[in-house]
Amino acid sequence: MTIDQWLQAALADADRRGLPALKPLLEALARATRALRAADFNDDATK
Amino acid sequence: MHMNTALTIEEFGRKLRAREITSEQMTEQCLQRIEADNARLNTFILVLADQARRQAREADREIVSGHDRGPLHGAPISIKDLIDIRGVPTTAASRVREGHIAERDAPSITHLRQAGAVVVGKTNLHEFAFGTTSEDSAFGPVRNPHDPSRSPGGSSGGSAASIVAGMALASVGTDTGGSIRIPAAACGTVGLKPSHGEVSIDGVVPMSRTFDHVGPLAQTVADACLVYHALLGDSGAIAPAPMPVSGLRLAVPRKYFCDILDDEVRAQFDASLERLREAGARVDDIEIHHAADIVPVYVHISFADAATYHAATLETMAERYTEPVRLRLEAGRYVQAEDYVRALAGREVLRREVDAALAQHDALVLPTMPIAAPLIGANTVMVSGSEQPVRNMMLRLTQLFNVTGHPALAVPCGSTSVEYPAAAPA
Repeated sequence: MTIDQWLQAALADADRRGLPALKPLLEALARATRALRAADFNDDATK
Repeated sequence: MHMNTALTIEEFGRKLRAREITSEQMTEQCLQRIEADNARLNTFILVLADQARRQAREADREIVSGHDRGPLHGAPISIKDLIDIRGVPTTAASRVREGHIAERDAPSITHLRQAGAVVVGKTNLHEFAFGTTSEDSAFGPVRNPHDPSRSPGGSSGGSAASIVAGMALASVGTDTGGSIRIPAAACGTVGLKPSHGEVSIDGVVPMSRTFDHVGPLAQTVADACLVYHALLGDSGAIAPAPMPVSGLRLAVPRKYFCDILDDEVRAQFDASLERLREAGARVDDIEIHHAADIVPVYVHISFADAATYHAATLETMAERYTEPVRLRLEAGRYVQAEDYVRALAGREVLRREVDAALAQHDALVLPTMPIAAPLIGANTVMVSGSEQPVRNMMLRLTQLFNVTGHPALAVPCGSTSVEYPAAAPA
């Protein structure tokens, strides 16, 4: 699942659960996840 | 406003053994400060006045009979209300914990009792230790004794405030992302986060067991050392003599850690470095190469850990949490497993980088907080002309050593126009 796909699903879930105030935190988490996945210490199955 | 004119633990111990003061007198003085200022500062959730008086009288009887338990004997201290004390609630500053009574002392409390410490009460905190300001609490916000319109930092805000207000000679707090060091910096006192795993976290309501630590807040480094040893069960240890500064090899990780600093904090920090140089220390600039990854690593592990602990109560009693803490916990439920594993790998990278820096130096030196104590209720703060989130700013410089597990000490290094920044050698 890409981060964008995950974020869309998470935002929809927050709406479904009646937690719209959660959406800014999910967007912040998505930014942190994007940074984490871009770090150079991650595994690469091609190498 | 009364500010702390109490004795340090070392001073109290000398007077106690010289029969110039009793534990009962010292404890009564602290209880009077609590009585006078607690309603305004909201420092304590529970005051254990009767128990403390009994413990103090017993400590005095032991001294008279020749039974000296060591440097903490008879010293009044406070305990963050996240740590179990047998027979009383551990509220974690949350309505979720209503009705809880601890069945036994946490091991850290057992060690303090063996060292002869007198427990005056349990201090207020940010709910479940999941915040940096101590304002989201079921018992209302803790206020900074230097300026009650400002936060004392958090999450161990009541612990730091209790020392500065003269309500205790020292305190025991917990630190998951900076929760001992941040309030120490905001209140102008000393805070020590020991190495990860050194002091037992059993009997402590967890935030993230991966990063949780128990440690002391105190008026001086020597006092923090005494409480630290007592927490380990080494109640007879004495504070070491001050180490000569001349010849110390110090490292300043300027990139990232000094990128965003309040101008006054920067000036005080730089002046401190200059004093260290003048005293003969060698001060080198170094780089923690993956510093930009600290926040992503910290967030994915700590939020997921916290969400796991709270998953059941988020389903059954969500309304009992303060809204900001509930939302942070809910956010943690969305962390994906693969990202948690990535963060664990990042933690090892950061640990190796700090190890490498310390292989060449005696300590790292960096500011504890980039800003002074924020106003209660503020979500953002201006830092050198740009608006920044308060929470991000307060956590920015302390999280690294929770991630890596290295010890970190916050000490005052001067005052800003509003509050107290501090340097933090690790």
